[in-house]
Amino acid sequence: MGQNVAFFLWDCLQYLINGISQGSLYALVALGYTMVYGIIRLVNFAHGEFLMIGAMCGYYALQAHLPMPVAILVAMLSAGLLAVVVERLVYRPIRKSGRIPALITAIGTSLFFQYFGQLTFGADPKTIPPFITEKIYNFGEVNVSNVQLAIFVITMLVLAFLWWLTHFTKIGKAMRATSYNLQAAELMGINTNKIISFTFFLGAALAGLGGMLMGYTMSVEPMMGMNLGIKAFVAAVVGGIGVIPGAALGGFIIGIAENLVAGLYKSSFRDGVSFFILILILLIKPSGLLGKNTKEKV
Amino acid sequence: MDYYLQILLIAGIFITLTLSLNLINGFCGQFSLGHAGFWGVGAYASAVYSVYYALPLPAAINMMIAIIVGFIAAALSGILIGVPCLRLKGDYLAIATLGFGEILRIIITNTEKIGGPRGFINIPHWANIIWVYAIAAVAVVFMINLKRSSFGRAIISIREDEIASENMGVNLFKYKLFSFTIGAGIAGIAGALFAHTQQFLHPSNFNFMWSVIILVMVILGGQGSVTGSVVGAIVLTIVPELLRFAGGNIAAWRMTIFPVLLILLMLARPQGIFGPHELGGSKLRSKA
Repeated sequence: MGQNVAFFLWDCLQYLINGISQGSLYALVALGYTMVYGIIRLVNFAHGEFLMIGAMCGYYALQAHLPMPVAILVAMLSAGLLAVVVERLVYRPIRKSGRIPALITAIGTSLFFQYFGQLTFGADPKTIPPFITEKIYNFGEVNVSNVQLAIFVITMLVLAFLWWLTHFTKIGKAMRATSYNLQAAELMGINTNKIISFTFFLGAALAGLGGMLMGYTMSVEPMMGMNLGIKAFVAAVVGGIGVIPGAALGGFIIGIAENLVAGLYKSSFRDGVSFFILILILLIKPSGLLGKNTKEKV
Repeated sequence: MDYYLQILLIAGIFITLTLSLNLINGFCGQFSLGHAGFWGVGAYASAVYSVYYALPLPAAINMMIAIIVGFIAAALSGILIGVPCLRLKGDYLAIATLGFGEILRIIITNTEKIGGPRGFINIPHWANIIWVYAIAAVAVVFMINLKRSSFGRAIISIREDEIASENMGVNLFKYKLFSFTIGAGIAGIAGALFAHTQQFLHPSNFNFMWSVIILVMVILGGQGSVTGSVVGAIVLTIVPELLRFAGGNIAAWRMTIFPVLLILLMLARPQGIFGPHELGGSKLRSKA
């Protein structure tokens, strides 16, 4: 009996570690959602597709025998530039038409890139090797790989970088001002269009990074963005959409919960649990765990 | 011939579905992204009746019962989801309904008795294209009358301004829940028709993408417009098929051309083809 309990606890610890690693990836993707939503209140459904295009470009960079760090850079830049172009061509003209047309446009963009990806890259899944040679460390009954550790460390570094960027640089200050009040920021002489473009670039570049790190757990294919995008979006909402640390918190919660449910109960409920958490949070605290409540004004 | 019949059939089912979402989204202004879930609940519930509990009655009467079963099951799930969710607004409501829609689908996928991930087979072929268009016609008449009734006006006032309509004595929660439940129920009817014309159901028929497609039909036609919903459903069913015949590159790229057309339409006319208007231009014809 006592031994069973011990095994159960070891299992839980293992799922917890896997969950933290996977949650880090969700967090990287969720950051893009949260930053874009924070600044123009748009749920960017095409975010998962930016990730997919980035990862694809990274894959072809690897095929061309470029070293891994260069390939990651290629992935980040291509995803970021794509996002800037999409923002300029599609989202900017639609912005003044209201939120629902913007949402439909985002969905249209997402569909476009899914099928565009199928036609140009082919529908077959492509594998990206882990970005460092995998080594597995044993701690008692628990296995931790250096890839998992590295993913976690990279996510933490990205978070620290974003915190520094938004609080200690001029452009970060402008981003915060724009997200607080777009018109007022414009009146204060901030070029809000430039700030919005920059936010899209940053968010999509992080998605591209996430896509490259993901080679460890899943393969890259044109339809991957849909499911992954929804998961990351759920993570962003759970943590409080528009709040940067919230995206990370939400990512970890979703990643850990998924791994615990898939490991201890049934893997087919993996997707269900994240939506369950989402609804629970929305009912208890609609603005998310770290979100601020906004009062309605007449 | 079968191919054209199938397209017409699907278009008819989508007319009913689009009208049902228009009640929630266009009339009441509650942004729902989980509508395919209700469609699925109606489809599966009616199929469970016809496969496991069918009474020895003529097919037409059994089909009526299946439709009622689909309506009740979907309406009940509408209440179940509406009561907690309708406290939320805007984007958050959309996300919560998205979550519930996906949960409904995951529950269906994990229930062995209704086929689980393999799909539900052996559903009797009780309905045909006449059924589909008769129901669509009933739905159109129902929606037009609803729009003119005091109930409908109360619902529309919620869309225009919640606070103002509450001040005028409209019970917000009651009317929102009403439109949500009836909308879900009508989607359930469309589900029953889908099940008994296709004779096969698969959970992936009811995933998030389909909720989005129904929503796009509503927005394309114009939120709050009955004519718009009918046109939106027909156009969005037929255009992707038409592109198939355009030959060569266009046929190969049709799934990328379709979203581009959608984006261009949104840029040119964000309120949809009809906006809130009906055919003939009047926004809300008064009872003379």
